[in-house]
Amino acid sequence: MRSTLMQYPKTFAGVLLTGGLALLVSACSNSTASTGISPQVMADSLHAVMAADRTVYTKKVVNRLVKEDKVIKASEHWQDEKALPLPAQMFRFGAELVAEKGAPFSYSLLSLWPINKQNAPKTDAEKEGLQYIADNPGQNFYKEEELGGVKYYTAIYPDPAVAPACVDCHNDHKDTPKSDFKIGDIMGGVVIRIPLQG
Amino acid sequence: MITKKAMWILWVALTAGLSSYYAYGLVGKDKSMYIPGKTTAGHYQIELACEACHSDPFGGKEVLQKACMECHGAELKLVDDSHPKSKFTDPRNADRVAMLDARYCVTCHIEHVEDRTHLMGVTLPDDFCAYCHQDIEEDRPSHKDMAFDTCAAAGCHNFHDNKALYEDFLVKHGEGEKVTDKPSVISRTFADQYRKQKKISEPLTGKDAEYPATQTIDQQLLTEWEETAHARSAVNCVDCHSVKTAANVAGAWQDKPALESCQQCHELEMKTYQLGKHGMRLAQDLSPLDTSMVRQPMKRDIQDTQHDCMSCHGAHNFNTRKAAVDACLGCHEDEHSKAYKDSPHYELWQQAMSGSTSMESSVSCATCHMPRLDVKHQGQRRTLVQHNQNDNLRPNEKMIREVCLVCHGLGFAIDALADPALIANNFNGMPKEKIPSIAMAVKREKEKAKEKAKEKAGEKRDKSRQGSGATSKEDD
Repeated sequence: MRSTLMQYPKTFAGVLLTGGLALLVSACSNSTASTGISPQVMADSLHAVMAADRTVYTKKVVNRLVKEDKVIKASEHWQDEKALPLPAQMFRFGAELVAEKGAPFSYSLLSLWPINKQNAPKTDAEKEGLQYIADNPGQNFYKEEELGGVKYYTAIYPDPAVAPACVDCHNDHKDTPKSDFKIGDIMGGVVIRIPLQG
Repeated sequence: MITKKAMWILWVALTAGLSSYYAYGLVGKDKSMYIPGKTTAGHYQIELACEACHSDPFGGKEVLQKACMECHGAELKLVDDSHPKSKFTDPRNADRVAMLDARYCVTCHIEHVEDRTHLMGVTLPDDFCAYCHQDIEEDRPSHKDMAFDTCAAAGCHNFHDNKALYEDFLVKHGEGEKVTDKPSVISRTFADQYRKQKKISEPLTGKDAEYPATQTIDQQLLTEWEETAHARSAVNCVDCHSVKTAANVAGAWQDKPALESCQQCHELEMKTYQLGKHGMRLAQDLSPLDTSMVRQPMKRDIQDTQHDCMSCHGAHNFNTRKAAVDACLGCHEDEHSKAYKDSPHYELWQQAMSGSTSMESSVSCATCHMPRLDVKHQGQRRTLVQHNQNDNLRPNEKMIREVCLVCHGLGFAIDALADPALIANNFNGMPKEKIPSIAMAVKREKEKAKEKAKEKAGEKRDKSRQGSGATSKEDD
């Protein structure tokens, strides 16, 4: 027995790991089935991942390479100009892929001061929520709304300027309605929608 | 007097006859009796492959959508679709979906309704842009008083492809010159890359020709082959004539090789060929396109009417120059094709054919309709001749970036493509109208720059006032 264990350590480790993961998944699914997960926890969790990725791309890729190392440009027309996609575009491309995959939730990046007018708040919840997060720094906004006959849990999170690349680009853009953003200012909001059943 | 019994017998016989007729249509190859109306210009070639679009009789719009995306999905991605489905699946745009359900292609492109079908297979009234953009003048005051049906009809916008029409592109390129300084398309690279990859340095000659002893080979064919890139690339007779395919498992000699022979090396060319009108029937396992099937004006006295690689390239000599002009004019007889030989483009072609200029600076039919593209394939960049000759015609502004701008300024290109009469006479003259989009974009850019400069000057003034105020306070 001992020699068999010594002979196939990876196999046994694999069996143990797979068994452990199976037990963990089973425990998690049981717990979800019994308690469920609230739309707010779901939205907050999704936002935590989105905000982290967005900050990392903005600070460690765009700001570092464009502003600090000055080795490449970031541009709205990144393909034509062989440049980096802007952080807002990166975020939207992700949202588009999620939509294409048919995920039940959706998310977008909106602002009271949008460069592209299509990204201005449109629904009542968006208008109220974006104003709320602008007036109450650090606070999130949660509301239920009905769109196209479907009820949604809508969560809106502040989207602050985390690097010089954010404020410089927005302040200098020809179509910006606001040109005095500073680092730390709320520039817009991440809107997450989760459909509510029933 | 017909009796009641006879009436019943007649009814049963007619019912049985008609049922058998339609049942035969279902299982047989000719399903034309089931086509509910004239199919559009882009699909009639494959209209008898009903299942190409109607893969499931009970799937509704989702099934049709899947079929649309199978053929057109990659193309929409490539053109950076301005109205992707994801824009309309976003719940915040539910109000727009209620007006125009752009989640589905069939909302705007219904098949088999000839009386409602406009250019590009659009089956909506021409004012569809206004459904969502009726307030455009709030954001773009310059668009005030523009007619509701001119957005896409005036050479300014398209629903899907705006890669050569977006504002910053117009500003960046400006009007430009009618003809650029050094008009020249990219060179072919495939044969050189193939020889390098296969380490082929010596061309094959007639004595190297490899074919079964049982075959009698015409010396003329061997001479033609010796002159080709095939012989220079060590592609021997058996490499094309004895290819193992599903229909030729043993790889036995075939006098007329199947398309799979060409596809062995020309994979991308074949792929794009089968996406265009010339080859799309083959992609649906239908017989090759026949000139008698074509709706456009065609020469009707052609001998070999079935379309395949040899129709344009010929067998054994594979003359790409012939394929670029004579092959097209050998079949097509529309106004644009007939006017080519009186066009400035043809003059350039003749100059190159006489050797006084390079082939890259000449303009054949293929230069515009089957352009050379710089693509990445199997980890390597190469020049691909686009064999989907319809790719840049839907809409024709798709031609601007990959074709027109190689030789012309953006202003001339936009104007020329928006002038149907100029297109019909094969660009023999100047565009009749000036499309205002570039001027409008440049004007707006200047106005915005002026506003920005004014704003910055104001900020500077404020800062300096604050600075002097602080100084005087300190002084106090």
